[in-house]
Amino acid sequence: MALQILHEQCIGCGVCIEKCPFDALKMDGDRVVVCESCTLCGACVRICPVEAIKLEKKKQINNNQDYLGVWVIVEQRDRQLLKVALELVSEGRKLADSLGRSLSAVLLGDEVEKLTGELIAYGADKVYLIEDSQLNNYNTESYVAILEKLVQQEKPEILLIGATHNGRDLAPRLSARLGTGLTADCTELAIDQEKGVLLQTRPAFGGNLMATIVCPNHRPQMATVRPGVMVKAEVDNQRQGEVIKFDPNLAELAIKAQVQEVVKAAKQQVNLEEARIIVSGGRGLKKADGFKLLEELAEIMGAQVGSSRGCVDNGWICHDHQVGQTGKTVQPDLYIACGISGAIQHLAGMTNSKMIVAINKDANAPIFQVADYGIVGDVYTVVPKLIEELRKNKEVFGTTAAR
Amino acid sequence: MDIIVCVKQVPDTNEVKIDPKKGTLIRDGIPSIINPEDKNALEAALRLKEAYQGKVTVLSMGPPQAEVALKEALAMGADEAILLSDRAFAGSDTLATSYTLARAIEKIGKYDLIFCGRQAIDGDTAQVGPELAEHLNIPQITYVRDIKVNGSTIIVQKALEDGYAVVKSPLPVLLTVIGELNEPRYPSAKGIVDAFRKHEITFWTAADLNVDKARLGLDGSPTQVVKTFTPTNDRSAEILHGDLDQVVGTLVGKLKAKNLV
Repeated sequence: MALQILHEQCIGCGVCIEKCPFDALKMDGDRVVVCESCTLCGACVRICPVEAIKLEKKKQINNNQDYLGVWVIVEQRDRQLLKVALELVSEGRKLADSLGRSLSAVLLGDEVEKLTGELIAYGADKVYLIEDSQLNNYNTESYVAILEKLVQQEKPEILLIGATHNGRDLAPRLSARLGTGLTADCTELAIDQEKGVLLQTRPAFGGNLMATIVCPNHRPQMATVRPGVMVKAEVDNQRQGEVIKFDPNLAELAIKAQVQEVVKAAKQQVNLEEARIIVSGGRGLKKADGFKLLEELAEIMGAQVGSSRGCVDNGWICHDHQVGQTGKTVQPDLYIACGISGAIQHLAGMTNSKMIVAINKDANAPIFQVADYGIVGDVYTVVPKLIEELRKNKEVFGTTAAR
Repeated sequence: MDIIVCVKQVPDTNEVKIDPKKGTLIRDGIPSIINPEDKNALEAALRLKEAYQGKVTVLSMGPPQAEVALKEALAMGADEAILLSDRAFAGSDTLATSYTLARAIEKIGKYDLIFCGRQAIDGDTAQVGPELAEHLNIPQITYVRDIKVNGSTIIVQKALEDGYAVVKSPLPVLLTVIGELNEPRYPSAKGIVDAFRKHEITFWTAADLNVDKARLGLDGSPTQVVKTFTPTNDRSAEILHGDLDQVVGTLVGKLKAKNLV
């Protein structure tokens, strides 16, 4: 199993060397050679203009045709569905329609039957309901054991899970138990109509590139999806669906790691996911004090303050404010990026904003390419001026649009 | 207390830039580092060793140059270091990686605790830890931000989006830790000298492990990358021109038109 360069076909154009994300191809005379750092990612195979690179995987036998339908494992806390659960049911509906199959939601908890109606209203055809007093709080071992049994019995082809802390604890353990593949933190899902497989797109290489991943020979195809990425469908309270109860049989499980208690933090000060306007700062602020200026702007606009990863890493602002691949995914009506260069890591968290305004000194900063409006200038001159203008505006109208 | 810490050498992705014209990664001069949360994992292990005695073994899978990361781990205070390096491991997704690590851990034998960082900054998947725990058939606790050991049980705080859960588990258990847990130490001068003089890194290949070859590397990986790309978008990307008064005035006008101010 290795990467093969077909030297008789290779024209030595060097495109593969340039595109290799791992610096693993080199020119040796007029031949391309593969180095130790090759991870067999296959990026070169796809871009070679003369098909001179081969990466052959052993053919695997599969029994994909036995697996049908799309499932969403929905998460509830305190007997309330998380927003991401409904986002995933909405997205799962589209995938199921695209495949011509049914959509099922799987709900675990204690006395949560009343939530099944909501799941059906958002698009589920069936809801598998598993109730037990021990399932009130998420527990890795019991949830995985129950889901393993249910999946083996019902055989879904696609299994979606919200990429919450609990979802990212559950999904890998379950995928390893089932011996199937899992793609983390997807930002886009689609069906390859020709092959009938799930195309799972996520930020890769630290969020500097996007990668589309498939799981061709194993079922179910499993993906976790970031909260805030998929769009909730319109509710249809007339929709009909079936609720199927499944007996968890918890008595036969010997649970080792037990949740003793769940402690709620004091009410969140920062709620970027719900914010209508976000004023966000990047390394271009150059110092922690820059956020004082942004807070002033945020106050006058009724906005919340966001940040890029760089500022959090520098200790200028706490992680609760971080937007991006390793922070929060937001979709406000307006996102004002101040001194943010626009690394894909950051863009992964905010490109779904309805309007994006970028303020940056560097006219070549990638943030301008994703913005609706850009101002090339220093944050420390543009923002104070903007504050001044907005104050005037407020005086004229005697109000702000802040909600 | 015998502790195994899994670490990964990663490119410092904060330093990676994209060539805006070609849409390719600019890799020149990007340093390789120990994945930051793996350092938190190692720090947690070292503190437990200091409190309860025992041995800390660091384990990594990667190309031969990942040896540098293991030297650093030894300099921080780890007792032993093992690097799994073989062409047969190349192309591993998280399932094949966790399988390989599990077989290596079985070869190491005795352990009370396994530590991993929650996720690596080059992949951000957070999957290897839980998958490894599954292969070893031991409990897992992820997103760990506080640890207390009480005899043969451990009580940890697992961070949640809106608070935390207190989880109690018997040993052995696998923990994945977050940056909040601790502040990793710097290697001491003596540690650095010892890492190079006293400690040898053990290299294991596939032949050293009791493995099913079909479960290694690319062949053992259910997932495949079919495309990589830099994202495009359909925004107008209009740069506002004029002096400061003009551009800010125009912007406020645009925002008013959308009822945003």
